[in-house]
Amino acid sequence: MSDTTNGQRTATISVLVDNEAGVLARVIGLFSGRGYNIDSLTVAPVDADLSRSRITVVTRGTDLVIEQIKAQLGRLVPIHKIADLSADGPHVARELGLIKVIARGEPRVEALRIADAFRAKIVDTTIESFVFELTGASEKIDAFIDLMRPLGTTEISRSGVAAIARGTRTII
Amino acid sequence: MNAEMNHAETPAAGAQVLLRALKEQGVEVIFGYPGGAVLPIYDALFQQNAIRHILVRHEQAAVHAAEGYARSTGKVGCVLVTSGPGATNAVTGLVDALMDSIPLVCLTGQVPTHLIGNDAFQEADTVGITRPATKHNYLVKRSEDLARVVHEAFYVARSGRPGPVVIDLPKDILIKPAPYVEATREPHRSYRPQTEPDAAQIDRAVALIQHSRRPILYTGGGIINAGPEASALLRELVAETGIPCTNTLMGLGALPASDPHFLGMLGMHGTYEANMAMHGCDVMINIGARFDDRVTGRLNAFSPHSKKIHADIDASNINKVVTVDVPILGDAGLILRALLERIRSLNAQPDRASITAWWRQIDSWREKRSLAFVQPDAPGSIIKPQHAVRRLFELTRQSGRETFITTEVGQHQMWAAQHFGFERPNHWMTSGGLGTMGYGLPAAMGVQVAKPDALVIDIAGEASILMNIQEMGTLAQYRLPVKVFILNNQYMGMVRQWQELLHGSRYSESYSEALPDFVKLAESFHGVGMRATSVDDLDRVILEMLKCDRAVIADIAVDQGENVYPMIPSGAAHNEMLLGPDRHHNNTEVTNAGMVLV
Ligand SMILES: Cc1ncc(C[n+]2csc(CCOP(=O)(O)OP(=O)(O)O)c2C)c(N)n1
Ligand SMILES: [Mg+2]
Repeated sequence: MSDTTNGQRTATISVLVDNEAGVLARVIGLFSGRGYNIDSLTVAPVDADLSRSRITVVTRGTDLVIEQIKAQLGRLVPIHKIADLSADGPHVARELGLIKVIARGEPRVEALRIADAFRAKIVDTTIESFVFELTGASEKIDAFIDLMRPLGTTEISRSGVAAIARGTRTII
Repeated sequence: MNAEMNHAETPAAGAQVLLRALKEQGVEVIFGYPGGAVLPIYDALFQQNAIRHILVRHEQAAVHAAEGYARSTGKVGCVLVTSGPGATNAVTGLVDALMDSIPLVCLTGQVPTHLIGNDAFQEADTVGITRPATKHNYLVKRSEDLARVVHEAFYVARSGRPGPVVIDLPKDILIKPAPYVEATREPHRSYRPQTEPDAAQIDRAVALIQHSRRPILYTGGGIINAGPEASALLRELVAETGIPCTNTLMGLGALPASDPHFLGMLGMHGTYEANMAMHGCDVMINIGARFDDRVTGRLNAFSPHSKKIHADIDASNINKVVTVDVPILGDAGLILRALLERIRSLNAQPDRASITAWWRQIDSWREKRSLAFVQPDAPGSIIKPQHAVRRLFELTRQSGRETFITTEVGQHQMWAAQHFGFERPNHWMTSGGLGTMGYGLPAAMGVQVAKPDALVIDIAGEASILMNIQEMGTLAQYRLPVKVFILNNQYMGMVRQWQELLHGSRYSESYSEALPDFVKLAESFHGVGMRATSVDDLDRVILEMLKCDRAVIADIAVDQGENVYPMIPSGAAHNEMLLGPDRHHNNTEVTNAGMVLV
């Protein structure tokens, strides 16, 4: 998973935080304040009583920088657990994309063919537009969007990556 | 529980609950400044006697005063300011405390909850503004959270790596009744910093120490924060092993300056022997210091031949700047104890002969006498600033009184660090990480509040002192006999020095034009003013100052052209120090890479 270009790797980091006001701002502020990248970010409460949220950040950096990011996250008071999913073992990472394509005629047919090949769901349709829903690895959604763009006006909404370790490992 | 219910008291107002929680947390003094949003707290303060309030003249000073109080007592300092401008004025102090790991709780007023976000009068997004300026912050939106948040804030401020915590208090929360809860043993759901070191890491460190031939202890503010026991353990470790020891600016006092194992401060303006020993060591034992850029000099030339042990309470400090061989996470005191016990039980002291040879090498570096200066003694000679600090040190020592030194920021700060000998921890307060001009006077005020009978001296520059000079009023009001000892070189000396060395002596905007008459200024604030203009006056003025039981400003006219040496120029390595204007050890040209550094 972790591709390496000039010593940098992509890391998928999940943190379990108290679901309190400002906690997301703390995490984002840490990244911007210290000059780290955020490629994608997701957040939602995950406990039955909504008391804790899980934030998943996809970031890039050298091993040292990734370690620094984890250590800096560890300083934030409302953080319970931190997992570097891409380093700790196999994991699944998924993203959801909603892709609107506005087209008529042959491009519209082509869009349908591509959607079928990607097993994208059609969640909305008009005479001149589709909204496709696609779930999968970020690269798959990238590829789908690349194919759709030339076919007409496109509008993209992506969820960011949600990720979880395979097997019995947890950060609950 | 039932007993309490039987009192059947109507629940107290939020402001009362707040004060009760502060009392339970051991708060005796609050440094603050009132305003509309915190009037309910001031009203509650008026009706009690347990907590003393010190009215400062500017909110920044309240925070620095609380820092001085915290650093001299080991307690959490407490600040109270109003919403909007009160909170924004406090921000510099908060960042200062964050950088130097000082435990504080700062209470800020806020507009009532229903007005938050409406651009109400004196509304500021205080939690937003202070989020990167604090260790943690809170906005109390529900009365039932109030007491718990206060307890939690104190726990967070003092635990792990200490730091400032803000509690933003909307006015309605202060007025509405709020339930009281006592502090619990589990003060926070998740925050539990690791203090006990890992035994395996201790063993690895001890093995490195045992086989070292040229070891050095490099210790910082972490030892001071770990309490006086940690400093005592450092002394024991040094005595047990004979290892030379250098302190950072924040760590001065951990090892007595008079201990023969003490190499002085290290870093940009550290001693030649400390920096050369850092450069030449084979095992570096860093305890509670963070490889600050003022300490390391050029990183790729930093102590190139050593194995490095780094003990720190904050995991993010480890491998942040310098990669180390043995990281140890935990409290400096507990780590020192573990190291000492292990070394003793294994008889793992480094080889005596190697240590002796290492000391011979260090002594030859010491012979450079890198802190030497020449004070002309002909009558009427201009005072060298180093001489002024030396005399201040010697005369305060002879007075036998417990002495606390604070500083402002600039050359005088470095001369104070170099020439005033600190024998004990917690007696030296300076703004290290942020380098905040205007820190010293309010910090001294906070120390004097905590230590009413001690001698508290702010070694100041004539430029810095003007940044919080209004606190002379606070000194007068509370009869705090703080001594301000100005090394008046009529320049922002540190700026002038850099301009001389790096910018072709173009002294752009660094002359202290239109200075006040500091003697009259002291008098106008009901204090005592003194002045020394030549070396003949110096001792007399110092002695008079020490005798005086009121606040004093002693304006000491010093040599305007003096620079702080030794100096590692920006971007240079430890072994490329400038020893003095005509004592260049190496003719170090400042590189372009060095020019961009601060
Ligand atoms: C608030 C603040 N502004 C600017 C600076 C930059 N600065 C560092 S030292 C210095 C000059 C200090 O002059 P003075 O207080 O006279 O001390 P001296 O260096 O002359 O001893 C300045 C402007 C600073 N450290 N803090
Ligand atoms: Mg000056």
